[in-house]
Amino acid sequence: MKQILHLRVNGQPFEVLAPVHHTLLEVLREEMDLTGTKHGCELGECGACTVLVNDVPTLSCLTLPVEVQNAEIATVEGMADGSTMHPLQTAFAENGAAQCGYCTPGILMSARALLDRTLEPTEDDVRQALSGNLCRCTGYTKIIDAVLQAGRDLKLRRAIHPT
Amino acid sequence: MVTGQTHPDEARQWEKTMATATKEQETEFSIIGKRNPKIEAHQKASGETRYAGDIKLPRLIWAKLLRSPHPHARIRSIDASRALACPGVQSVITGADMPVTIGIMPTSQDEHPLAVDKVRYVGDPVAAVAAVDEETAADACRLIDVAYELLPPILTIDEALTREDVKIHEHSRRANVHREVHLDFGDVEGAFAEADHVQEDEFFFEGTTHAAMENYAAVAHWELNDKLTLWSSTQVPHYLHRELAKVFEVPKSRIRVIAPPVGGGFGGKSDPFSHEFAVALLSRRCGRPVKIVLDREEAFYTHRGRHPVRMHVKTGVKNDGTITAVHFQSILDGGGYSSYGLASTYYTGALLGVTYRIPAYKFDGTRVYTNKPACGPKRGHGTTQPRFAFECHLDKIAEQLGLNPVEYRKKILTPPYSETVNQLRVTSSAANECLDRVVEASDFGEKFRKLPYGKGVGVALSCYISGAGLPIYWNDMPHSGATIKVDRGGGVTVYCGVADLGQGCDSLLAYIAAEELGVEPGDVRVVAGDTDLAPVDLGSYSSRVTFMAGNAVLDAAQKMKRQIFAAVAENLEVPLERLAASWGQVYDTDDRTRCVTFEEAAILAESACGTLATVGSYKPPHLAGNYKGSGVGPSPAYSFTSCVAQVEVNTDTGHVRVEKLWLAHDCGRALNPVNVEGQIEGSAYMGLGEALLEESAFRQGLHKKPSFLEYRLPTFLDMPPVESIIVENPDREGPYGAKEAGEGPLNPVPPAIANAIFDAIGVRLDATPFTPEKVLRALARVPGGRGQGTGSAGIAGRTEQSDPRGLSRRRSSATESRPTATANGAGS
Repeated sequence: MKQILHLRVNGQPFEVLAPVHHTLLEVLREEMDLTGTKHGCELGECGACTVLVNDVPTLSCLTLPVEVQNAEIATVEGMADGSTMHPLQTAFAENGAAQCGYCTPGILMSARALLDRTLEPTEDDVRQALSGNLCRCTGYTKIIDAVLQAGRDLKLRRAIHPT
Repeated sequence: MVTGQTHPDEARQWEKTMATATKEQETEFSIIGKRNPKIEAHQKASGETRYAGDIKLPRLIWAKLLRSPHPHARIRSIDASRALACPGVQSVITGADMPVTIGIMPTSQDEHPLAVDKVRYVGDPVAAVAAVDEETAADACRLIDVAYELLPPILTIDEALTREDVKIHEHSRRANVHREVHLDFGDVEGAFAEADHVQEDEFFFEGTTHAAMENYAAVAHWELNDKLTLWSSTQVPHYLHRELAKVFEVPKSRIRVIAPPVGGGFGGKSDPFSHEFAVALLSRRCGRPVKIVLDREEAFYTHRGRHPVRMHVKTGVKNDGTITAVHFQSILDGGGYSSYGLASTYYTGALLGVTYRIPAYKFDGTRVYTNKPACGPKRGHGTTQPRFAFECHLDKIAEQLGLNPVEYRKKILTPPYSETVNQLRVTSSAANECLDRVVEASDFGEKFRKLPYGKGVGVALSCYISGAGLPIYWNDMPHSGATIKVDRGGGVTVYCGVADLGQGCDSLLAYIAAEELGVEPGDVRVVAGDTDLAPVDLGSYSSRVTFMAGNAVLDAAQKMKRQIFAAVAENLEVPLERLAASWGQVYDTDDRTRCVTFEEAAILAESACGTLATVGSYKPPHLAGNYKGSGVGPSPAYSFTSCVAQVEVNTDTGHVRVEKLWLAHDCGRALNPVNVEGQIEGSAYMGLGEALLEESAFRQGLHKKPSFLEYRLPTFLDMPPVESIIVENPDREGPYGAKEAGEGPLNPVPPAIANAIFDAIGVRLDATPFTPEKVLRALARVPGGRGQGTGSAGIAGRTEQSDPRGLSRRRSSATESRPTATANGAGS
């Protein structure tokens, strides 16, 4: 059975027809072509499918879209401002924090939620915030470096352009 | 056979040449050695990268595999009528539709795309369904009626070696042995007789899996003009291409395999797999593109991971530690099929002499079939297990002889530019410097045997191949080919058959082309992993890509450079040898104002020579020895890695915490230090996981841990800081002197941790993973109980020989405290 869903994704409203039991991950990928969000286990164990729901990191593989119809959903596709990458994305590219890149979108979303809370996280804060995201390539070192660098970059940017 | 013989003149001459060349080049490199982002870094950081599972085509339908629920059974019949009657089901196929045997090694083809007659592990694919969506296909799978006749499962090495009455494969001559290998070099018996001491130990390395974050995925489109295109998350598009042609009996020219960016491989995507053949045939049957994405549990059963290996090591040493002989025995638990098992078996015995001088050497390797998922290559293929054993074994010898483990290793190193007793050519080696650097960084000398009880440090050294010296199927063609095209706008395109798994090979090829042609890496487009468009590269395995594909691209780029320079020299009226290219210009090195842009240079060259395209290839020198089995082990160059681990062991809980890892890696030259560090850190991570947490364990043929909750791979919270030290010692045959970095750094990590645990609490853990349970059991055996140890020298026989799966049952009765170094009377 299919139903019409009203979702707000990356600031835009969408009307999507999808089977009622499909997860948010499936709807984002299959119905909306937002394939940046990845499936690694579909059991809530790897964090590859992490999106933000009202700024909170959420496993889209364990979320039914009907539950989040009135929420703001953010995926990796919405991180860049037009063609300007988010400082986290720039830091990931510069630091070699993405090797195969498959876990990267989910980690970016978790890291973004952390930097929304604080621009001066400690290394331990980063480890805690990302502990639900698995990466099999990097050994995590360069990801931690990138998140810390992005925090510094954002802080500098806000100092120059206070909003 | 002369072992460990340096060619001093040659070595000295080379060092001199390299020192000069290095100095000159370093000032000249504009791209090589710089911390550039990868060329695809921005796509990866924005979610734009399209992996196989992201591909969507018009009229796409989905496939699902039906897998065996039994570890060992004969298939009596398959009735798909109920499945075919389901609305939405398009086609059902079984083993009978593809009765051709397949396998990655030409000499051990014992698999079928879908099981024919028999299933040999839980998860063995039996049938496949194509349907309008994934759920319909999965539902239909459950409606396929398979009648099985259950057979007794063989689940352990011991059963496999002894059960003559049950054959997993009929071709096994003895019980369920897949392959036996016996090699003998030098006067082994005589050398043991000359030894002052003989050390013997038993080790066990547990099986582990790759667990790449991207699951296996494939899309097939068999078009009506009888051409097949297969997109797959594969490390080996070329081998897959060959196997597809064989199974479907169509010319290779009608098949195109594309490896989109792969979401991690680590060796797990190096075989031809059932799902790849299944979607191809289903697409042919249905006339529509067919897609499959395996789920995580299926990935654990697809496996091809690290072999569990039981090892017996016997080494004769003089009083000063000099090795007189080594006898290494390994038994590999192979699972249901061959995969790369023949090579894996040889690798367990091949590389010990590359690190240390061993004048006489005997190797006995056996691989058995068991009714479990097939094992295959995982990062460090076949060398990780013996390296663990031998580095712990050496640590015990050093302990017995009262030698410092670092000084001892340095004393017995295989010198650069020498030959091992098993006829491996060793060229450049900075193993000595790797040890120095890691000791210095970790302050090992101030910590070893000096930290308080419960804390300790351990060291280990290892080596790895920069690509196998011989191809999987023997032939005289290049191992790697590349084409470079330059267009009128100054755009450069590199075509090469490699598959980028995240290790960054597309970027490395771009850096090389950019360095030679004087453009920026961003101006270079790399077309990789496409059997139609790119020349053959054998694949992204055995750490071969930087060395082999790198050399092929370098060859093509240098040819292109010569064409372009010839045209520019004529135009600027400057002697060709005075020209150089960097930062988008071709210029006179004596007068930089005499220059043209690269775009202008390309137009001059195209006007002079016509369309600009060059090709390059790489084939290693002839490296095989003169004995059967000498094809496994040779490599044009070996990398070396040293590791120091610092641990804290909680003697109440048995929990081992690694506080820090230091690794120094000799990669010849770092083409991009960021990438090399990334490979070192990733390898350290994977090695730590195998040492402490990970195990592919089975019960009655069922995987005990087929999910990320149960199969514990290290998280952000488990991973200690890693200090990666790049040791540059350019190799004469590598591109700009580069050697591998992707696999070697994993190998010293598990033994360094084991040796650190001994330093911390005075017990030896000779079986991975080092779980709290094993630590506590080992401590309980220490005379005087826990808390009494000092971590000081001379503790013989405190050996944890736990082996939860009983794989070491055949060991001698002295399990609690065996003599570790005995005076050698008559060859012991």
